[in-house]
Amino acid sequence: MTFLGMPATAPRGVGNLRGEEPFPAAAHKALANAQLRRNLSHATTTIRGKSGAVISELPDWQELRDAGSALKAATMARLPELLEQLEAKVTAAGGVVHWAADANEANRIVTGLVRATGHERVTKVKSMATQEIGLNEALQAAGIKAVETDLAELIVQLGHDKPSHILVPAIHRNRSEIRDIFLREMPGVDPALTDEPTELAAAARRYLRETFLSTKVAVSGANFAVAETGTLAVLESEGNGRMCLTLPDTLITVMGIEKLVPTWRDLEVFLQLLPRASTGERMNPYTSMWTGVTPGDGPQNFHLVLLDNGRTAVLADEAGRQALHCIRCSACLNVCPVYERTGGHAYGSVYPGPIGAVLSPQLTGVADNASLPYASSLCGACLDACPVKIDIPSLLVHLRNEVPHPRSERVAMAAAAYTMDHPALYTRAQHAAKLSKHAKRLPPPLNGWTASRDLPEPPAETFRDWWAKR
Amino acid sequence: MRIALFVTCLADTLFPAAAKATVELLERLGHEVVFPPGQTCCGQMHVNTGYQSQALPLVRRHVRNFAPYDVIVAPSGSCVGSVRHQHAMVARNAGDERLAVRAEEVGRRTYELSELLVDVLGIEDVGASYPHRVTYHPTCHSLRMLRVGDKPLRLLRNVRGIDLVDLPAGEQCCGFGGTFALKNADTSTAMLADKMGHILETKAEICTAGDSSCLMHIGGGLSRLDAGIQTVHLAEILASTEAATDMPGRASEGSA
Ligand code: SF4
Repeated sequence: MTFLGMPATAPRGVGNLRGEEPFPAAAHKALANAQLRRNLSHATTTIRGKSGAVISELPDWQELRDAGSALKAATMARLPELLEQLEAKVTAAGGVVHWAADANEANRIVTGLVRATGHERVTKVKSMATQEIGLNEALQAAGIKAVETDLAELIVQLGHDKPSHILVPAIHRNRSEIRDIFLREMPGVDPALTDEPTELAAAARRYLRETFLSTKVAVSGANFAVAETGTLAVLESEGNGRMCLTLPDTLITVMGIEKLVPTWRDLEVFLQLLPRASTGERMNPYTSMWTGVTPGDGPQNFHLVLLDNGRTAVLADEAGRQALHCIRCSACLNVCPVYERTGGHAYGSVYPGPIGAVLSPQLTGVADNASLPYASSLCGACLDACPVKIDIPSLLVHLRNEVPHPRSERVAMAAAAYTMDHPALYTRAQHAAKLSKHAKRLPPPLNGWTASRDLPEPPAETFRDWWAKR
Repeated sequence: MRIALFVTCLADTLFPAAAKATVELLERLGHEVVFPPGQTCCGQMHVNTGYQSQALPLVRRHVRNFAPYDVIVAPSGSCVGSVRHQHAMVARNAGDERLAVRAEEVGRRTYELSELLVDVLGIEDVGASYPHRVTYHPTCHSLRMLRVGDKPLRLLRNVRGIDLVDLPAGEQCCGFGGTFALKNADTSTAMLADKMGHILETKAEICTAGDSSCLMHIGGGLSRLDAGIQTVHLAEILASTEAATDMPGRASEGSA
C-alpha cells in the first residue's frame, strides 16, 4: 500500500488512545480522589509559576510563538516531500528507515527488530508515540521486557498503572505510594527504603544503572527530526535518555510523522520554546542529537520507524490539522482548569488535557472519543499558553460539530433554534419560563445544573416587555 | 451617539436588570439607545454544542437585524465573542461567503460594554456611585477572546464609594462554559467550588462580572451555600448613582 494514500484512523484493539468510559463518568471518579486533587493542584500551580517566570524573561516570546506556529504550518504543507528527504538523509548516514501505517504495523516492526538482535530486554526513553501504540504491551506479548528509564515513567510502569500527564506521568502518585511500589516491584531494592525523595531517586538510579549497563537494545521517541540533515533530537531532564541513546548497540526510534522540522536552523526556535513552556527551564538539562550511525561511537545499528496511525487523516482536515503542530510541552495541561481537577486518566488516552481532547478524537475518528471535545469550558487558557499557538478552543468547537449527537439532544437543539428564529414563539417561550418559578431542582438532563446551583428567579418582566412599555 | 442594544437572550429573559442598566447608563451619558426588535439569540449555544447548521439561521437573523447600525453594544463578553469570532466562521462553513463578510462587518461594530465605554466613548468615569465591597471576576471570553484587559477595572475604580477588592486566581474559569455546565456538571461544580472559595476569601458583598451567564452559575452556587454574597452585573454597578445606592443592583427584578 502507499503510505500517504487513503487516510485511515488509528485502529481499535491496540494502543492507548481510547478510554473505557466517557469523560464525564471517568471525571466523576477522579474528582472524588482528594489526594489526586491536591497533587494536581500543587504540581500544576508550581509548573505554571516556573514557566511564567522564565517566559517573562524573553522579550521576543510572542515572536518565537509566531515563528514556531509558522514553521509547523509550513512543514505540514509539504510533509510528504520532507519525510522523503528525512528518509534519504537517515539512510545515507547509515540508519534504516521503516514506514508504519498504524500501531499494529509499528509494533510488528519494532518487535521484529528486537527479536533479530537476539536480546530479550530493551531500555526505553520516555516516549508518547510508543505509549500511543502500546509498544510495551506488544513487546511483552513477544517475550521482550521493556524497562522505562524516566523516573516517573518507571513509577507508572512498576505500578502497573497508566501515565496521567505528558511530562509528569506519575503526577497522581505521592511519595509513600511510590515507596510501596518500589518495595513491591523493584528487583534488588533495599527493604528499609523510606519515602524520602532522595532515597527514592537513589533506589531508582541503582536499579536503572545496572539495567543500562547490561542492556544492548534501546527504544526511544523523538522530539524533533531535521529533514535537511537526517538528525534526530531528544530533550530530557534526567540523563536517562542520554544513556539509552548512547550505550546500547542497537537504537530503535519510533516517531510520529509530524515531528519533523525542515532545517537545522528551525531548531533554534523550538529549543527555546519547548523547555520554557514545558518544565519552566531556560534550557533542558540534556539535548541529545544523532544522525544515523557514527562508526565507533554510540549505537552501531539505528532504525527509525515513522508512524502514521491516523496522522494523515488529521492532516487531511484543514481545520483540524493544527493539532499536529503540538510539540508535547504539556503547557496546555498545566493551565487547564478541567485537567487540574480531573487529572489525565479521565481522558482515557495517553494524550490528556486540552491537546488530548482535540488530538485523540482526530486520531481515532470522533465517534470513538465523542465525549472528549466537550471536556472543556472553552475558557481559552490553553491557546494563550501554547508555545506554537494551537487554537485549541476553535478546534474543540470544530470537532463538536463533527461528533455524532444523541437523538434527544438533536431534537431539543432543533426546537430551540426554531424558536429563536421566530420572535413570536421566542416571546411566548420567555413567558413560559416564568411558570418554572421557584423550581429549585430540575429533571434530567437539566438536573446537572440544580445538583449544585440554584436557578435564578425569573424576573417579573422580560427586557423586551419593559422596553415595549417605555 | 446612536447605539443599538444587542440584549442577548439570557439578559432579555432572565436578567433584564443588566440590560436595563445598560440602557439607563448610556442614556445618562447622553446617548440614544435603540432596540432592534427582531433580535433573539446569537446562536452561541448551538455553535459551541456542535450544531452549526442550526445556528446558521440565527446568525443570518442577527446580521440582518444589526447590519443597519454603526455601533452595537451587548452586556456580555461571551455573546460579543460569538458575534465577533464565530458568526463569520459559521457562515463560511455553510458556504455563504456573502453572509460571512456581512457578519464580519457587524462583528467589527459590536462592542462589549466596557469596550464601548472606554474605547469608543473614551470614558472611564461614568459618574456612578456604589458604596459596597465588590470583587470583579474577569470572565474567560471577555478576557481571552475579546481581550478587554483591565477596562472593566478602570471603570470600577472610578465608581464613588466602591471598595474594590482583588479576586485571587481571578483569571481561572468559573466552570460555566455553556453546555459544559450540564454535560460535565461534576467538573463544572469542582471549578465553581474553587471560584466561590476565592470569592469568599475577599469578604466582598458583591461579585461582579461582564457576563450574566457566568454570574448565573456563580450566583447559583453562592445561593445554594447561603453565602450571603450577591452577584451583580457590571452594568448595574456602573448605572448606580447616589440617588439610588441603597440596593446592590436590582435584586427584586432578578439580579444576575
Ligand atoms: S498543544 Fe501546545 S501547549 Fe499543549 S502540549 Fe502541545 S504544544 Fe504544548
